[in-house]
Amino acid sequence: MRTPRVRVQEATFDLAAESAALTAGREDVGAVASFVGLCRADDGLAALVLEHYPGMTERAIAGIAAEACARWPLTGCTVIHRVGRLGPGEPIVLVLTASSHRAAALESCAFLIDWLKTSAPFWKREEFADGRGERWVEAKAEDDAAASRWMARDAGSVAA
Amino acid sequence: MQVLYFAWVRQKVGVGAEEVSPPPEVADVAGLVRWLSARSPGHAAAFANAGAIRAAVNQEFAASDHRLSPGDEVAFFPPVTGG
Repeated sequence: MRTPRVRVQEATFDLAAESAALTAGREDVGAVASFVGLCRADDGLAALVLEHYPGMTERAIAGIAAEACARWPLTGCTVIHRVGRLGPGEPIVLVLTASSHRAAALESCAFLIDWLKTSAPFWKREEFADGRGERWVEAKAEDDAAASRWMARDAGSVAA
Repeated sequence: MQVLYFAWVRQKVGVGAEEVSPPPEVADVAGLVRWLSARSPGHAAAFANAGAIRAAVNQEFAASDHRLSPGDEVAFFPPVTGG
């Protein structure tokens, strides 16, 4: 297992290049799963502004990635989360997981994004173009539920 | 003690970070919240609904009864909304 690659950055990311980096030079990878979160233009949204806690955010993501590596037999994983002002259609977050088999890659990818949403210190502010100003996005109960299902499912996971 | 604020907590307090020296009787996160609330109307507004705020001590999530030491870095912020 390679050390998880964790980056918090304003710049966008290249899914193909990041995926290639997970498989370069090795022949034991049978599956790469990816999740890309995008900025939706809900309700007249002009932009999302993402804020983070430099230092803690990187540590929290690294901790979540280490947990994924402990639960599933991964050959590598990458998490890139953007911050700053993002317009509709722009990518926000990338999660990539690689493993010898698909179940570990798919399950750990879902685990990582579920946990990122509830455990990594990022905050989203919505800006609107039509004079309605801005508002902070509120945490959602369904995100907590999505994260907590990984507690209940431990016994049945492929890491068991 | 370094105190950091993020998102709407920062907007209400009016600064993103401040160095504070609370008295010895401020022993835990909940005590620090009460003490900070008296510093300004902005602080009072930010902490008016303490249940809506999360805390971290030395960059780890911390509960309200987490004990504090003078050199700690303490952060206050709303529930996270990344991803």
